[in-house]
Amino acid sequence: MTDAADRNRLALQFISALPHCRALSMRVDEAADGMAVLSMPWAEELVGDPRTGVIHGGAISALMDTSGGAAVLCHPEAAVSTATMDLRIDYMRAATPRERITARAHCHHVTRSVAFVRAEAFDESGDGPVAVANGAFTIDRGDRT
Amino acid sequence: MKRPEPIQVVKQRRDGALAALVGGVPYARFLGITFDRRGDELTGVLSFDQKLIGNPVLPALHGGVTAAFLEVTAIVTLSWAMIWDDLESGRLDVETLSPETLPRLPKTIDFSVDYLRSGLPRDAYGRARLNRSGRRYASVHVEAWQDNRARLFAQGTGHFLMPRRDA
Repeated sequence: MTDAADRNRLALQFISALPHCRALSMRVDEAADGMAVLSMPWAEELVGDPRTGVIHGGAISALMDTSGGAAVLCHPEAAVSTATMDLRIDYMRAATPRERITARAHCHHVTRSVAFVRAEAFDESGDGPVAVANGAFTIDRGDRT
Repeated sequence: MKRPEPIQVVKQRRDGALAALVGGVPYARFLGITFDRRGDELTGVLSFDQKLIGNPVLPALHGGVTAAFLEVTAIVTLSWAMIWDDLESGRLDVETLSPETLPRLPKTIDFSVDYLRSGLPRDAYGRARLNRSGRRYASVHVEAWQDNRARLFAQGTGHFLMPRRDA
């Protein structure tokens, strides 16, 4: 069994290598037990409405989903792999154009086969979250052969 | 009684408006989402690309891509329904239609995604149903599938704030 730091580091390496995360230039900023912070830069191609320059909700979903999965992989009751079962996102306000988006996810409860996650996404303005999310993730412990 | 319009006129108007609507969303282009149209019915098409992969071991589409595809399909279908009457009556002139002159898009209030099975590394299709479309709020359900229409790999429900329409 690897120790916590190793597990979290491996989870981060795995997450940063995912093709879609690279396409969105996602970065893992922080990882602790059951917790992950990921961020991505604003980009022209992620815009939903060119008249405002506001990033599309879908791109924020991708960041929230990834941070949720990362938090599950960093949980002490480690899953070998995980998949999203359900994700609900509330969009509180438009993210400020050209600002970096950061998502903080917390895996607050796990059962044998399910992990529950809460996440919040922020821009750089400090005006409270642009979106919050609740999700349920599968837990694959790699023990069913 | 008025004679029906020639088919090219009808198609040009509708396809032109749809192109302006979808072309106005850079993120849809980034993901490779296009729309097929049959009359007023739209089907979103997510063309597979390596950059849409989340888990390279399976491999499977990234859950965020699936969520985004559902949300884009919902917003475009909702916007399309919103402009349809004005488009058909001629109040909206397709000649001058561009992403800048189109009415504002609805804003997502919340969106909930139900992942039913992993997205395979191939094209995906999506279709949205407007369960309620009021003056201020809309509720939209959207389904996505790959090989079989009846075997959904994800579905979603979202609430949207409709843009103010002054005219």
